[in-house]
Amino acid sequence: MESMSKAGIGRFLARQGILIAFAVFIIGFTLANGRFLSPENVMGVVRSSAILGVMALGVTFVVISGNLDLSVGSMMSFSTIVVLDLHDKIGPVLAIPAMFVMTLCLGAFIGFLVGYLKLNSLIVTLGMLSAIHGLTLTYSGGQNMDIADKEGTWFSVFGQGSALGIPVPILIFLLLAALLGIVLAKTPFGRKVYAVGGNGTAATFSGIKRARIVFLCYVMSSFCVAVAGLIQASRSLGSQNTVGQGLELDVLAAVILGGASLLGGSGTIFKTVIGVLILGFIQNGLLLVGLQFYVQFVVTWAIIILAVWLDIAAKRGKLLSTIA
Amino acid sequence: MEAGNLSKFLKNGAIWGFIVIELIFFSVAGEFMSLSDKAFMDVDNMLLLLKQSAPIGIIAMGMTIIMVNGNIDLSVGAIFALSAVILLDSLTWTVFAGLGDWVIPVSWALALLTGVGLGAINGFIVWKTGVDAFIVTLGSMLGFRGLVFMYNGETPTSSLNWTLVDFAEAQFLGLHTATWFLAIVTLVMWYLMTRTVHGRNAYAIGDNRDAAVNAGIKVGPHMLINFMIIGFLAALSAVVFYSESGSVNPNDGQLYELWVITAVVLGGTKLTGGAGSIVSTLGGVLAIQLLRKGLGHIGADTSTVNLVIGLILIAVLFLDRQLNTKGKEELKL
Repeated sequence: MESMSKAGIGRFLARQGILIAFAVFIIGFTLANGRFLSPENVMGVVRSSAILGVMALGVTFVVISGNLDLSVGSMMSFSTIVVLDLHDKIGPVLAIPAMFVMTLCLGAFIGFLVGYLKLNSLIVTLGMLSAIHGLTLTYSGGQNMDIADKEGTWFSVFGQGSALGIPVPILIFLLLAALLGIVLAKTPFGRKVYAVGGNGTAATFSGIKRARIVFLCYVMSSFCVAVAGLIQASRSLGSQNTVGQGLELDVLAAVILGGASLLGGSGTIFKTVIGVLILGFIQNGLLLVGLQFYVQFVVTWAIIILAVWLDIAAKRGKLLSTIA
Repeated sequence: MEAGNLSKFLKNGAIWGFIVIELIFFSVAGEFMSLSDKAFMDVDNMLLLLKQSAPIGIIAMGMTIIMVNGNIDLSVGAIFALSAVILLDSLTWTVFAGLGDWVIPVSWALALLTGVGLGAINGFIVWKTGVDAFIVTLGSMLGFRGLVFMYNGETPTSSLNWTLVDFAEAQFLGLHTATWFLAIVTLVMWYLMTRTVHGRNAYAIGDNRDAAVNAGIKVGPHMLINFMIIGFLAALSAVVFYSESGSVNPNDGQLYELWVITAVVLGGTKLTGGAGSIVSTLGGVLAIQLLRKGLGHIGADTSTVNLVIGLILIAVLFLDRQLNTKGKEELKL
């Protein structure tokens, strides 16, 4: 094609680089281990990615609005512990909404600080990571939380049940992804999120209430965290206080892998879902070919940096940075 | 005093005022709430406080120059752990069996080299790829931690060398070895940042990178050197700490980045770069350690400490913005 110059091809490769690399990975893993693409394995990967995926959906909103959320991991621990504790105290029917309200309050608090008080989101959520961890420990007294009657509760349906042959966590993940995808792509609110992240000043001048949008993004994120906590609690019916520790990194990795820019203003729910799956399949593939569990940390590191590097290299049209 | 001067005074002196308030509060509250008979401001207790400030403090000095430079390093906890593993493991390597106690300086050097090397990896990637330091070090926080686990699995790495322990537990002129290291690092970094071209350039780059480039400052090499400095200091912190304890868990150093950044931000260093000082960072380090120790003294547990530290970090951010006009230019990540 005439319009496709050499630079154009380079840009195309860089832009789709992560998908191409992913395809190479898939082919490699499949050759190394035939079970990799078997339906059971694929289902297993998606299922175990669901919790991470649900959290990544919310963080996508936050990142597109030009902010960060490092508190989702410890917030997820909080909601898991709370719902497990309340399950035995007030029953699951009341425990679930109560947990959602508490988690949303945390999200609203962060949203207030970052949105209305305009504080730096990195430091605020780093502080909240620590503060919410403290809150969880205070709540539980440092004890593991367990449901007394594990066999007799219907609460396990969110994490262990399945409908139409598909595990419920996957259904929740896909439904939520579809819903939030529509919100982000098709509603005025979604467009405002992009506007605020792309150019906050311009957005303000065009009459968008930046503070409110940012606030709502954090509330959205905490809602997703509550859903993730529900799945986690229901899956294991018992939990440590640190169940979500470190997840904020995986979540952020998935969102970045999906191509959302940390500068804000770009990214989609669909791409985030792809990012989550890439992360899940690569971690699974590494295990299947017999590598140690910890190797995935190192590989994830390389993948994150490569993904972001290719992305900005495509934008500036040069592989290496122009920093003197 | 003019309003401008007042706010400047408040900003620069705030951290030391905060320390005084903490000292008074915990001394008074300790009288009523503490289980121990000892006063909070006991000399031994204060000396211990300085010693315990060292691991975070030494890294915080490096984080100050990194943040003044306009970058951030989230991987310090992982560098800390990996250097510690190298230190303790290399003490028992058979190649060095003939060295006797001379193995100590060799192991120290290896651990410090590890830190410098890891820092150089971060710095080089930031320089050459142009990817934001936040993402690069977020990644290496994961990657370096993976290396720690790959090294020895989930088992702790231990080796006790009594000469080393004696050295680490020694007190010279009343101060512990770790305190001396903190003092020397503070002094050297203070000199580096206020009296050398490299330090001045770090401020210039952080304040306005384009202007620095136009002024002919080589931004890339400066960033590389700063990442090597913080890598070295993270390793030094590990070396000082683990010489005494002699055993490192693969999870050690987790959340250190949080403590270090909290200390540096408490000390008034700007996230946007271009402003900050080593002396104020020292204040931030001491304030945090006082808070941890003080809360422990009046019987609060770790959960409360986590809660309070997190909220204080946010409060400081808020106050700082109210006092500082430059804070209005938000950091855009």
